Amino acid sequence: MPERPLPQPTPETEHFWAGTRSGELRLQRCQTCDTTYFPPRPFCPECSSRHVEVFVASGRGTLESYVINHRPHPAWSEPYAIALIKLEEGPRMMSNIVECPQTPESLVLDMPLQVVWQKQNEQITLPLFRRVVASGEHR
Amino acid sequence: MTGIAIVGAAETTELGVIPGLSEIQLHADAALNAFADAGISARDIDGFATAGFRPTEVAQYLGLKPRWVDGTSVGGCSFMVHVRHAVAAILAGHCETVLITHGESGKSRVGKSGFAPAPASFAGQFEAPFGVVGPPTMFTVPVLRYMKDYGLTHEQLAMVAVVQRQWASRNPRAFMRDLITVEDVFRSRMIAYPFHLLECCLVTDGGGALILTKADRAKDFPKPAAHIWGTGESSETQIISQMESLTSSRAFRVAGSDAMGEAGINHSDVDHLMIYDAFAHLPIYGLEDLGFCKKGEAGAFIAEGNTAPGGKLPTNTNGGGLSYMHSGMYGMYALQESVRQVRGEAAAQVAGVEVALCLGVGGMFGASGCAVLGRQPKG
Ligand SMILES: [Zn+2]
Repeated sequence: MPERPLPQPTPETEHFWAGTRSGELRLQRCQTCDTTYFPPRPFCPECSSRHVEVFVASGRGTLESYVINHRPHPAWSEPYAIALIKLEEGPRMMSNIVECPQTPESLVLDMPLQVVWQKQNEQITLPLFRRVVASGEHR
Repeated sequence: MTGIAIVGAAETTELGVIPGLSEIQLHADAALNAFADAGISARDIDGFATAGFRPTEVAQYLGLKPRWVDGTSVGGCSFMVHVRHAVAAILAGHCETVLITHGESGKSRVGKSGFAPAPASFAGQFEAPFGVVGPPTMFTVPVLRYMKDYGLTHEQLAMVAVVQRQWASRNPRAFMRDLITVEDVFRSRMIAYPFHLLECCLVTDGGGALILTKADRAKDFPKPAAHIWGTGESSETQIISQMESLTSSRAFRVAGSDAMGEAGINHSDVDHLMIYDAFAHLPIYGLEDLGFCKKGEAGAFIAEGNTAPGGKLPTNTNGGGLSYMHSGMYGMYALQESVRQVRGEAAAQVAGVEVALCLGVGGMFGASGCAVLGRQPKG
């Protein structure tokens, strides 16, 4: 399977991609106004403060919206969902839902999700998401 | 009222599939038609704006000698934004007569430049890796959230396409003119669930051009003027995942309220409406963000026929991007239809259009431009 178009980290986003390599979903938080934000940048998009910190997020979120793409893509052989995940810490990110049929019946809005890691090469590991299965529920 | 008017407006001679013209010649074909419409030539133009191409390239091609140029390129609403910038430039005395052109070989792709997000951009890092392939996989992604939060049904979404085809059936220049039903929409190929083919815009070739000058010169031109009462613009996000809310466009709200505020109009003053429809959900978002419908009510408003022929708020009367044409940057065609309706020369003419509002979107809910046009200089 040909690989996905891969991100090219910049000095401002390197911490995020270093995090995914080591199994951490890193977000940023403003130390001036307490806003948590994404995508990465070295200042707060809410108040313009440069006093921001990187922290390790929970990796938990919910399925906020998605489409199931039926048009061809070199990296997929079947229709696949492009999803928006509302992270527990507030920001929204785009990703894919794995270990789940790519159907409207299985992709239920607001279902809880947990980040999983998919290594692409030595530099890039992508954050993908899977359904959180309640304890006792059969997978 | 701004004191500025559109005194020339035209599309390319042909619309649809035009393999015999390169992209820059589509700009020129539309410009020449707009010159003829206004009874002028390139010599009379001293301001120029375009998107897609650098204005330098098209200005040289047309033989323009501008003293004002604008290359604002924020997607399909760039032309609404150019109208707004041209109003300011003319009022400031930077130029007198502005030409705005659009041309796009969206279908035939003759002489077209490529475009892919840089791998280091936000789009390249945080969206492209997850399989987005063009607008049908990005513009569409908020709508399931809207459907769950506000109860919009698949049938209501399909009705947007059904209603616009009713308008297109009255327009000989529309690319798709056969009437369709909700069942036809559901039977069309799935593109990106929940969007079927008929809920996605066409991909065609074409162009358009506008000529603007001071309203007090309007009587010197052969055709009726469309007076610019107010304009608005905004930008919100380059990547769909970061729009502020998945159920409302901040850019629509800013551009729409600024344009209506400058025009000094209420919703009841609007006789004719254009809302850029790259996909079927856009008129729903537009009607609500402009304030014509309460949140969550636009789907039913459209399905009940209020925007259809004979309805109280005729909308997208050329058939829209879904049925009339969509080259990629559709905003120019929405403006052209607004001008035709205000002039009283549209194919599916609405009776007595005094005020027309035209709302554009750029990128995937990335930016917006809005213009309010009037048949009279506002008194
Ligand atoms: Zn802050």
